[in-house]
Amino acid sequence: MTTLAELIIVAVILLNLSLAASGTLAACIRLAAAQGVIAALLPLLAGREVPPGTLVFCGAVILLKGAIFPWLLTRARIKANVSKDADPVIGYPASIILCLGAFAASSWLGARLPLPETARVAWIVPASLSTIFTGFLLLTTRTKAITQVLGYLVIENGIYIFGLALFVEQPLMVEMAILLDVFVAVFVMGITIFHISREFDHIDTAELSQLRDWHSGEAK
Amino acid sequence: MIILLMLTPFLAGLSAFFIKEDARRRALLLAAAGGHFALTAAVLVARPEMAPCAWFALDPLGLLFLGVTSLLFLGASVYAVKYLSLEKRDPGEDSEEGFIFNNEPEAVFTGCLLLFLAAMTAVTASRHLGILWAAVEATTLLSAPLIYFHRHKRSLEATWKYLLICSVGIAMALMGNLFLGAAGLSSGVALDLESLLLKAPSLDPAWLKAAFLFLFVGYGTKMGLAPFHTWLPDAHSESPAVVSALLSGALLNCAFLGILRVAQVCSAAGLAGFTGDIMIFFGILSLMTAAFFILAQKDYKRMLAYSSIEHMGILSLGVGLGGGAVYGALLNAVSHSLTKAGLFFVSGLVLAAYRTKNISDVKGLIRRAPATGVLWLAGFFLITGTPPSGIFLGKFMILKAAVSGRHFAAAAAYLFFLAVVFAGMGRIFLEMTLGEAPVHKGAEKPFEASRQMLIPAAFFFACAIILGLYIPAWLNELITGAKVLIGGGL
Repeated sequence: MTTLAELIIVAVILLNLSLAASGTLAACIRLAAAQGVIAALLPLLAGREVPPGTLVFCGAVILLKGAIFPWLLTRARIKANVSKDADPVIGYPASIILCLGAFAASSWLGARLPLPETARVAWIVPASLSTIFTGFLLLTTRTKAITQVLGYLVIENGIYIFGLALFVEQPLMVEMAILLDVFVAVFVMGITIFHISREFDHIDTAELSQLRDWHSGEAK
Repeated sequence: MIILLMLTPFLAGLSAFFIKEDARRRALLLAAAGGHFALTAAVLVARPEMAPCAWFALDPLGLLFLGVTSLLFLGASVYAVKYLSLEKRDPGEDSEEGFIFNNEPEAVFTGCLLLFLAAMTAVTASRHLGILWAAVEATTLLSAPLIYFHRHKRSLEATWKYLLICSVGIAMALMGNLFLGAAGLSSGVALDLESLLLKAPSLDPAWLKAAFLFLFVGYGTKMGLAPFHTWLPDAHSESPAVVSALLSGALLNCAFLGILRVAQVCSAAGLAGFTGDIMIFFGILSLMTAAFFILAQKDYKRMLAYSSIEHMGILSLGVGLGGGAVYGALLNAVSHSLTKAGLFFVSGLVLAAYRTKNISDVKGLIRRAPATGVLWLAGFFLITGTPPSGIFLGKFMILKAAVSGRHFAAAAAYLFFLAVVFAGMGRIFLEMTLGEAPVHKGAEKPFEASRQMLIPAAFFFACAIILGLYIPAWLNELITGAKVLIGGGL
């Protein structure tokens, strides 16, 4: 069973690379959703007995990340009428190289932070850290509000991989509270995107730059 | 009792969404705020026993922050009721660019305000780091609609930045929580504070350090420590004055509490030196950032926001130094909350009088609106730590501890940046209050601020002055208890 879990880890890392390389918003939404669903399978395959509470929790995660989030984001995308993240701050080849570099760095870090014996799946820490980095990459270098929410979701995926594969025994209540927060966060962000697209006629966050301290040139 | 404390604003908040009449909803807001305050006072007097391993319980540290939050909210609700009725009367024209905008439905605003209080109460009372995290994230999500009360471009931009930056920041804190879990994996410790503190020495130090870093960055983002502060000036300047006051006075403290909880665990594990150095460094960095941005500031609400960053830096520095500085930092936290909330209340009146946030367009405040002008000036003296004020005492204790702890470089930087802030803010406040009142659009008739909006600020300022002269025994006991918890010794 552990090998299957390791296969998932590999898939997660490959999905990171494709997220970094993909410029179509619809594809990005699907990739992030796929990553979330695959990661949610991890605790079921980690080679231990699965208590019913965890089963419920994983089901909720799959429903949320596989169905509800993509639906919400797709709706926002259609309403805002954008299909491509046309000009990222850094190009796609550079993104891929950065992503690979991050994976190397995460592997090094993962070796320095060994997990205690109880967590058996290899490569958890590097995979999780590099996923978080990919999320940051999306967040900082892409200019559409939707891609930034996707970045947040990918970061969340990375954290989730770490958390559930590590299997810190948390009461179900706590996990559910955390999940609820993530859900509301995406929901509120979705609503904000609606407002942004209505108010500005676009969702380019790079152009949300009226508030700052030093205006260049003649601006007040 | 604690459950009741959280339930009161929660239920009131939920029902506020469905109440159609404004008057009733506003009465509910006042009643819920008053009820919450009464309950907090009751907890302060009764000091119920902490059940072992309960998820919610109030130790002195939590109680201190809860008290401040509750008092601020009471003042804010008094102010908000008047503010909302004024907004209803003449909604609409943007003071800076002159376009027309709508307000958020008042029911949504009031509901979120009350739910926000419930979430902050949960932050102060939680004894489980997972619950603490969920509550902090909830405060972010519930306050986002508050910032977007005036529905226009700038507030939307501020809301977006706030949501995204804080959510990502808090995601880092979640990672930190998991690292903390990893640190305790071999000794079988979960994330509840009690067992963490009990078994702290058996935690894996490498993971614990990583956990602290992530949690510090995460909650530090929310608290507004430089360089993670970028959302703060935007959110504080674009939201209504009531909301800015609550964000600055109550919410930042709650985020700080998150950091303090982890610092508690680290110091129990013997890592106080490591966490102290980090907190000193980022404290000074925040002071520096705030000082420079205040010097070049053109917008008075942003100036207040940067002053909050400065004070968060002071708190971080004080706790990082340890010993007597911890007491100073906590006293400063209380006084800063009161003073800053009052200042934001007054800034709302200044905005109403001059219809601009530009410092250079506000002149002669003391002639045009005497009561507002006097309060504005009083707030300046209090916030910059002119004696007698709680902030002065707090700052002085931190300085003393820095020198006696041989942190000479930190002490010198601290003094220097405080002086820069004083000079920068002094120029701005004096320019605004003194001189002839200009005659421009909207400023022809003299401005009378409503008494209901002045009294909360005046009351908070009075409290801040009293704290500089006399600290009541119960408050002293509370702060000392909190200080012992954070590891500042007796």
